[in-house]
Amino acid sequence: MRAVVTVIGKDTVGILHKVSGICAEFNVNVIEVTQSVLQDMFAMIMLVDITAINGDFAELVDRMENLGKELGLSIHTMHEDIFNSMHTI
Amino acid sequence: MLNVYNILETIRMIQDECLDIRTITMGISLLDCIDTDIDKACDKVYNKIVSRAQNLVAVGQQIEKEYGIPIINKRISVTPIAMLAAACPNDNPVKFAKALQKAADTCGVNFIGGYSALVHKGFSAGDMALIKSIPEALDVTQNLCSSVNIGSTKSGINMDAVKLMGQIVKEAAERTADRDCIGPAKLVVFCNAVEDNPFMAGAFHGVGEPDCEIHVGVSGPGVVRAALTKYPDASINEIADVIKKTAFKITRMGQLVGARASELLGVPFGIVDLSLAPTPAIGDSVAHILEEMGLEMCGTHGTTACLAMLNDAVKKGGVMASSTVGGLSGAFIPVSEDAGMIDAAVAGVLSLEKLEAMTAVCSVGLDMIVVPGDIPPETISAIIADEAAIGMVNSKTTAVRLIPAIGKKEGDTLEFGGLLGSGPVMPVREKSPAKFINRGGRIPAPMQSLKN
Repeated sequence: MRAVVTVIGKDTVGILHKVSGICAEFNVNVIEVTQSVLQDMFAMIMLVDITAINGDFAELVDRMENLGKELGLSIHTMHEDIFNSMHTI
Repeated sequence: MLNVYNILETIRMIQDECLDIRTITMGISLLDCIDTDIDKACDKVYNKIVSRAQNLVAVGQQIEKEYGIPIINKRISVTPIAMLAAACPNDNPVKFAKALQKAADTCGVNFIGGYSALVHKGFSAGDMALIKSIPEALDVTQNLCSSVNIGSTKSGINMDAVKLMGQIVKEAAERTADRDCIGPAKLVVFCNAVEDNPFMAGAFHGVGEPDCEIHVGVSGPGVVRAALTKYPDASINEIADVIKKTAFKITRMGQLVGARASELLGVPFGIVDLSLAPTPAIGDSVAHILEEMGLEMCGTHGTTACLAMLNDAVKKGGVMASSTVGGLSGAFIPVSEDAGMIDAAVAGVLSLEKLEAMTAVCSVGLDMIVVPGDIPPETISAIIADEAAIGMVNSKTTAVRLIPAIGKKEGDTLEFGGLLGSGPVMPVREKSPAKFINRGGRIPAPMQSLKN
């Protein structure tokens, strides 16, 4: 099972470090990272494997959201199925 | 394969364009709760609902977290209560209403629907008592919804029931006059009611349905409008294509959520209702879609044509996205629940007559319309009869949810709050249809019924 973490907002030092830190804490493996910085807007999309997650997925979602609030970014963690079902037949 | 554009599009739809799952509705059959002792029957009703739906809200919340998509309401629909009331003819059916409210409170759902009777051809045991108890039932409960089916293409229109419902709607408003007449906002009068509708106030669990199942109602007027803003100069058929593609995406999400809820609750998946259901929130309006198509204001000439195209395109896009489509599936036009409709009604551009024409080409009917408090019951009945005739002849569902604003007149407003919104009092014709309504009897089924 995989999930998608998206981070959108103003670029600051250590975003990737902090997001992947939470992933490591939950035993969630980062499979792929795409990121771009347009002017000073930061957009990162991370594909993660949640098969061996230790803890609740909902807890991971909350932790990421709180990190977002702390850093003034918007961080969404969503199961990949929603994107697959919406955009592929 | 996932790509960045698609991911960002989904997130934008949810964050900025008010995309949500409007409701997951659990349909529960109460046929096995029938008992000649009404207290026993009420206990059975309560126990059955709670045993099936106790995890509904928790599962809804889990899915919200998993997919990051808001699920606004969790609801329950049950077998029309008139069928249970039939077994205990000497008791007040309001006891069932209270049992349903208690079950709704225990399960934590937003609405419970099914305080209903199906009388399109005539009244059977239990029907009359239930209908007469509707005003009291809606007065003493908060989350209970009621509906009555008074006509169908197959059977014609039961004009005795039409006459009665005019009085019931008025009485429901009078009993709740101190609460902005909320009573009739929870009461729908149908022609061709569907048995698997997940939307309130008209949801009930039909007798042809399985013991328990899960339906999903999606939303998304904001997403459709946002998609159209990108094509300011496109022709109408190009716009229809854009709507189809958008409806497909929205419905896929409903299908995903429904399938997941069904799996987690261990209950069969019923249907996805493709309706575009507006809310009073900014950017979640069906009227604004019509205006995006090129109308200066919803309700002006051209509105019916735009709505017909929208309704059709939504169905075409949605039908391939779901394994089982059902319910009402189309565009809703509830006046008080749609910011654009409210503005158009206040401006006097959107009239009751135009709304009636619009109901001929969209799903449902005259919905959440506030009328003057001194409206005679016969006029309400006549409005119901007109609407039912449109449904009967066109083989489609139509409904009436009118709110007589007791003590108010044209120019005043009723505030319901929440998803129900607020509505200006709209004028009605003052010439009386009383003689027609008081004739009673039945409008015979039309030629369209002879399909066999």
